[in-house]
Amino acid sequence: MTFLRIHSLFTLLAIAALSSLISSCDRQNHVDEATENNILIMGNSGEPADLDPQVVTGVIESNIITALFEGLCGQHPSSDGEHLPGAAVTWSANENFTVWTFKLQPNGKWSDGKPVTTEDFVYAYERILHPKFGAKYASMLYYIKGAEDFNKGEANDFSNVGVRAIDSHTLEITMRAPIPFLPDLTKHYTWYPVPKHIIEKHGGMIAKNGEWTEAGNLVSNGAFTLSKWVLFDRIECIKNPLYWDTSTVQLEGINFLPISNAYTEARMFFNNQLHVTYTLAPELISYSKEKYPENTKLDTYLGSNFLRLNVTNSQLKNIHLRKALGHAVNSQAIIDNILQGGQEQATGLVPNMGEYQAAKEMFFDPELAKDHLAKSGVNPAELKLTLLTTDREGAKVLAEALQDMWRKTLGITINIRQSEWKSYQKAMSDLDYDISTGGWIGDYPDPTTFLDMWKKGDGNNRTGWSSEEYERLLGKAELTEDPIQRIRALEAAEKVLLGETPIIPVYWYTQSYLKHKSLKGWHPLILNNHPYKFISLEKKNTTPES
Amino acid sequence: MLSTILSRLGQGCIVVFLLLTVTFVLIRMMPGDPFVSDKAMPQHIKEQNEKRFKLNESNLVQFGAYLTTLAQGDMGISITREQPVTKIIKASFPASAILGIAGIIIAVCVGVPAGILSALRKNSLIDYGTMILAMLGISVPSFVLAPVLASSIAANVPFLKVAGWGGPFDWFLPSLTLGLATAAYLARITRGGMLDTLNQDFIRTAKAKGVPALRVIIKHALRGGIIPAVAYVGPAFAMLMTGSFIVETIFQVPGMGQHFVNATKELDFFLLQGVVIVLGILIVIGNLTADIALVAINPRLRESS
Repeated sequence: MTFLRIHSLFTLLAIAALSSLISSCDRQNHVDEATENNILIMGNSGEPADLDPQVVTGVIESNIITALFEGLCGQHPSSDGEHLPGAAVTWSANENFTVWTFKLQPNGKWSDGKPVTTEDFVYAYERILHPKFGAKYASMLYYIKGAEDFNKGEANDFSNVGVRAIDSHTLEITMRAPIPFLPDLTKHYTWYPVPKHIIEKHGGMIAKNGEWTEAGNLVSNGAFTLSKWVLFDRIECIKNPLYWDTSTVQLEGINFLPISNAYTEARMFFNNQLHVTYTLAPELISYSKEKYPENTKLDTYLGSNFLRLNVTNSQLKNIHLRKALGHAVNSQAIIDNILQGGQEQATGLVPNMGEYQAAKEMFFDPELAKDHLAKSGVNPAELKLTLLTTDREGAKVLAEALQDMWRKTLGITINIRQSEWKSYQKAMSDLDYDISTGGWIGDYPDPTTFLDMWKKGDGNNRTGWSSEEYERLLGKAELTEDPIQRIRALEAAEKVLLGETPIIPVYWYTQSYLKHKSLKGWHPLILNNHPYKFISLEKKNTTPES
Repeated sequence: MLSTILSRLGQGCIVVFLLLTVTFVLIRMMPGDPFVSDKAMPQHIKEQNEKRFKLNESNLVQFGAYLTTLAQGDMGISITREQPVTKIIKASFPASAILGIAGIIIAVCVGVPAGILSALRKNSLIDYGTMILAMLGISVPSFVLAPVLASSIAANVPFLKVAGWGGPFDWFLPSLTLGLATAAYLARITRGGMLDTLNQDFIRTAKAKGVPALRVIIKHALRGGIIPAVAYVGPAFAMLMTGSFIVETIFQVPGMGQHFVNATKELDFFLLQGVVIVLGILIVIGNLTADIALVAINPRLRESS
């Protein structure tokens, strides 16, 4: 009897322990519990290379860094064109936008309590531009007077670069030309301050050992601070109580999960493990729209997909042939049948933004395409061209669609060459291709983020094309003080580019993803850079509903 | 015995060195450039980075420099991740090891009994059924099995997650995916080994002497029949311990398998070299352990060693 009682007691205890373990595991990391605790769980596509704003170059890193750090101007939660106070409380420019003055937040602090001063900004800009540091994204600061020369080692004295601390809280930046969009630039992580006192403790300005960005070492000035970094598993950020605007911050924390597989990420969302996904695979868009219409989001994104044409190729030197290829591409059919993500047919390279009116130079017109082919004097049967694309999912389908369009409209047979990502990039860089798929995501909402790259010798040009008229117009735009006239000059430059057709715009990107209903304050923004401090989690509707 | 172990260890060192050398050469022969990306970096920055990683030197100089740092326990810095390779491996190895150990336990617990049962019931329905299942286990790739398990089991069992790496419950499905494929191989190997042994004269003699059937199987047949399975388990365990890209990706496991694929695609020379060294060492250890186990099981091997 006693034995039975003891046995029953142990059984009960074991069941209770197991139930508790099961229920704790059931709740762990799930959206309902996270919502209760005000913790946002985000899919973030991959493991960040680093969390040093001056080392990294990608969107994955940007998503985390914008939670941890803050630039001079802050992002408005729902309007792309508006700037809110960030690390700077006010800012102003001289009449021609060549000298900008920023007043820092009087109570701006690093997460260890040290004040954020202009010294941190000057140090950050010297660090990213330092020739020995070798920052991959240093060119983002070339808008500053003297920055490019200093970075290339052609000038050794940083005091000649246009960054000056007038006092501990007043920063003056002198530009190389009128830059009316500097507030937009300062929202990019390359312009963020870094904590001088911490970096100096971990190897100094030009050390790249990743020590200062480790959890426990990293000190930041943004709405959140790094609490845990488990490599390849998760990054946990918690609310920074010393942030100057901490009363606005509603989340207690953000967990970033490096989920590289879009199908895994979608499965996790559908099973209530994520508030928001990084992306949504094109193959899942129809399913998601049907099953989870309120959760499926297709937002406009500042990016353009296009084909590069190698104009140094003996056949593609012919401008009429290039135009014939361009007008034979039925972008709408690609969007409707392959991509299915609500993308917009690109009639130009630069999408509509602010005052900038997108060009309407490139469109599907089979008759016009045939006319250009006839004018080119090229015999389609003699053409030997290859389309270079990547080995990524969907790339081959897109390439085959293009191949079919050119064959049906122009009678041209084009071969497809798929390459691994690095080989593909190298082939484009070396102009070892005829036609290549490509794309570009804007770094800041200004047309120059798309247009500057087509200058002669720019590493991102990769077509062999250049035009004196194009560069003259870009130069004119840079020196134009009136913002509207500047935009008109940039539009004219794009017209020159498209007129000579070294690229064929195909579509403007959208960002497709899944968003939980509890997530509030997450509005469509063209840079997809949602300021986390305005985001909240509503404690109702915690399951994705079909 | 000790001299055999030392000799095997010596051979293992040579194998790992050759593996490293071949990897070093092959990855540098791959087309592409580690510093070319969708957003080009200025030429002077690219040159600086090449200099930083000594990629501007000849392959021979690079190899010499790499061996020198390796001898000091430093596997270099990952080109794409800006993190020490040793740190990356240290962070990824535990998940792979857990997965590998759980996977091999599942494989042995399922595969060996299935193989024995199949051999004992040769040409019966049990035999055919087990071998069909084993063939299915071998034929169905993990990229099919894993999503099926995630969608059918995890989505319906409250304490299982479709992906993610938190507590012990999260180990179950990825290790089941890994373990079932290995179990399928093990079942076939065990069956073959058992059938060979069961046809031996000493088994017939034991049966004739009236030794109980269970004793014949466990004491006499299994000892010889299990030898091919033990020889297979050693290296298989090493392979499981270094992770699986597909299983890790589908179940979001922060293991080492992803580095073999990603480091190759991204031409991250030092990371790939690092994980290949670890794989090589584990395979050497796996083989050595299997050899020791075989010697312990098989008295004839003990005498020859």
